[in-house]
Amino acid sequence: MLQEFADWATYAVLGLAEGSQLGAAVNFFVYDSIKVALLLAAIVFLVGVVRTFVTPEKVKRWLGGKSGGAGNLLAALLGVPTPFCSCSACPLFIGFVEAGVPLGVTFSFLIASPLINEVAATMLFAMFGWQIAALYVGSGLVVAVIAGLAIGRMGLEGEVEDFVYKIKAKSVAEAEMTWKQRIGFGMSESREITWRVLPYLLAGIAVGGFIHGYAPTDFLASFAGKGNPFAVPVAVLLGIPLYSNAAGMVPIAGVLISKGMATGTALAFMMAVIGLSLPEMIILRKVLKPKLLAVFAAVLFFSFAATGYLFNAVLG
Amino acid sequence: MRIEVLGTGCPGCKKLEENVRAAARELGLDAEISKTTDLGRIAGYGVMGLPALVVDGNVILSGRIPPVSELKALLR
Repeated sequence: MLQEFADWATYAVLGLAEGSQLGAAVNFFVYDSIKVALLLAAIVFLVGVVRTFVTPEKVKRWLGGKSGGAGNLLAALLGVPTPFCSCSACPLFIGFVEAGVPLGVTFSFLIASPLINEVAATMLFAMFGWQIAALYVGSGLVVAVIAGLAIGRMGLEGEVEDFVYKIKAKSVAEAEMTWKQRIGFGMSESREITWRVLPYLLAGIAVGGFIHGYAPTDFLASFAGKGNPFAVPVAVLLGIPLYSNAAGMVPIAGVLISKGMATGTALAFMMAVIGLSLPEMIILRKVLKPKLLAVFAAVLFFSFAATGYLFNAVLG
Repeated sequence: MRIEVLGTGCPGCKKLEENVRAAARELGLDAEISKTTDLGRIAGYGVMGLPALVVDGNVILSGRIPPVSELKALLR
């Protein structure tokens, strides 16, 4: 049905010739744009509804006192549906620490939340297929768990700003939403986010079309392709201070790969951009002393670089 | 009525403040509206998502930015 609409739009409305390369490209673009937009709207809606169940307050209660790898894994999984507004990072951190969530577990959540984003996963799925999307989500979880475990083992609790431990928060009574409210929330999230992401989505599909239809120019291949082992850490270093939302990075990763960058390097770059940023570090400085902040950044650096090498090895 | 908008300065926090002021104005509420950016005070409310809204010492919403219409219903 969607295909028929795309055919009609391309050949009847725009009058392009059937069998022409431009006709095929536009046909693909129309078909895929609508398909992915619908997919995105559906997924954001579902995640939105899930979020009405997985509130930060509940996460805090579930994670309180849980240590060991299971706590880190749970924290990372709960970070997935939780979106990340940089300004929420601090109250979230304070809330978790104050509820007795171990430091390492808190970090697993703080890492997974911005890093693993359902919009990015959907777009990766649309542009590169389910394997890449699954690798992105899977490696994000692994990074969040391992980095959180590592930080937890370092005994850096003293490197949290002292005032954080002194806060006695009132517990907020949470009103449970009705199903009608949950669905309403899911739908408004779906509308807002799909609308906001639409330009990136269209850019991503256009880039995807280019990759399929035209020969890639290997302009990046010589210094960022599979032959250069330094490309990965450099890509991560460049990505850390940069910030873009997850949706914006997917088309960029696509362009980089089409120009010859190795897939692992591009994914490492994307994770470095969305997983950590200068604004986020500046904000976290309010609750973390410099040493812990530096350790946090360093652990992420190694994690993203390791992921990049791994993907290059596996996918190359 | 004392209304406090909790936020640390991101655009969403400013938007909530604007919406709250608009809602209060449209309802003709006699309310003292203030913005709190101090983390210690914000955390003291037990709030984990920003921006958040506190009315007469009670947290009535956190982590989202409702439109003016919904705020009017909440504040009434």
